[in-house]
Amino acid sequence: MQIRPKQWFKTFFLTEMLRGMQLTGRYFFARKITVQYPEEQTPQSPRFRGLHALRRYENGEERCIACKLCEAVCPALAITIESEQRNDGTRRTTRYDIDLSKCIFCGLCEESCPVDSIVESRVLSYHGEIRGDLIYTKDMLLANGDRLEAELAADREADRAYR
Amino acid sequence: MHDFYHTGWWAVIWSIIKIVIVVVPLLLGVAYLTLAERKVIGYMQVRLGPNRVGFRGSLQPIADALKLMFKEVIIPTSANRFLFLAAPVLAFVPALLVWAAVPFGPDVAISNMNAGLLYVLAIAGLGVYGIIVAGWASNSKYAFLGAMRAAAQLVAYEIAMGFALVGVLMLAQTLNLSKIVEAQAGGGFWSWYWLPLFPFFLVYFISGVAETNRAPFDVAEGESEIVAGFHVEYSGMAFALFFLAEYANMIFVSLLTTVLFLGGWYAPINTPLLTWIPGLVWLLLKTAFLLYVFLWIRATFPRYRYDQIMRLGWKVFIPVTIAWIVVVGIALETPMRAILR
Repeated sequence: MQIRPKQWFKTFFLTEMLRGMQLTGRYFFARKITVQYPEEQTPQSPRFRGLHALRRYENGEERCIACKLCEAVCPALAITIESEQRNDGTRRTTRYDIDLSKCIFCGLCEESCPVDSIVESRVLSYHGEIRGDLIYTKDMLLANGDRLEAELAADREADRAYR
Repeated sequence: MHDFYHTGWWAVIWSIIKIVIVVVPLLLGVAYLTLAERKVIGYMQVRLGPNRVGFRGSLQPIADALKLMFKEVIIPTSANRFLFLAAPVLAFVPALLVWAAVPFGPDVAISNMNAGLLYVLAIAGLGVYGIIVAGWASNSKYAFLGAMRAAAQLVAYEIAMGFALVGVLMLAQTLNLSKIVEAQAGGGFWSWYWLPLFPFFLVYFISGVAETNRAPFDVAEGESEIVAGFHVEYSGMAFALFFLAEYANMIFVSLLTTVLFLGGWYAPINTPLLTWIPGLVWLLLKTAFLLYVFLWIRATFPRYRYDQIMRLGWKVFIPVTIAWIVVVGIALETPMRAILR
């Protein structure tokens, strides 16, 4: 092994070690960046992609027209749709399931939707306790939409200029 | 009164009382050292560390201890049952035994023996048997590798450590730990042995880090290479004993460094204001600082490669200590003798 005097000097007199310890010693007194999760949360973008929801128009009519674009585009095959003609002649879904244990939250369903029906909300903390709990049915998704409509509408509005 | 405590059954009971007085605070110290470690390393990584159990995490060690107590001790089928269970005890007992000779003040020790330094060296050297036996009895390749590494490391660093202590003996002319501290009395900060024996001070402390298998010398555990080394197969209280031993050893090495090089219970400056503070407080303050350095080192440096450890031990520490012994020896034959003694 070749001995380089400068290197040897630095190693032997621990100067590099002390410089390393100086650095960590400084960080010991630095302001801590930990976010205390349940009490504090990191800021969220209006484009956050969390729990799904199906929206309605202001008159209460569901937006979804069963075009099945979301089902076709879903890369994880998490969406299952069945449809039929309703009495008033419009086409509606009879079944709209999202398997959240398959979903990868890519947002393609939201992007493909022509009527802004399926959206992803900012909700990120939800859970299932038994198998099947994470398969969200049409009713559950509509309920999500009803519950979060104000926020969803505001977020879409904020993002409108860029769509 | 003095004789009363040293005759018959009283001697035994009095010894037990003294042991309890030392061991209970020691175990509490170990518990809170684990918390301090997580906090200090957290702070250096710009995190907060544990802060949920109790006020700012103050009950975390208790929660950890309870968890470990209720966990099952799993004995692998292919392990040697007797040695597997004996190993944690072999590691833990020497870690407690060394405390018998530790001086907490002038002549305040469980046993203020004249060969204290030799006793301490001998018992501290025994601690590694726990690790070797654990690695062997587990019958697992990772545990075995960890044990082999621990053994090789011990051989390399025990020698340098011994030489570093020779320097202290040359100046203090005694093996009695209390008297070694008393030999450092006088001018405060400048009369302690860390100054004339500065290379020994560093070598001893770094060897101490290596002896206790702490980062960056923790190749015996090396979780990124050999999972957890010698204690992969251990769980519950058996694991906790290794853990306790390691931290008790850390405290001990820091305390012994204080006693040998940093003037034990003496105040750093000889003014009435500072000497008025009890010696025990100074001793513990210095120990706490060295423990902080232990954690600081762990937070700073990556693990040494195995061959680097061997190189440092054999090709750096041993030559350096031998050279400095010669220097000290020559200095003691010159008029500098008066200053050094």
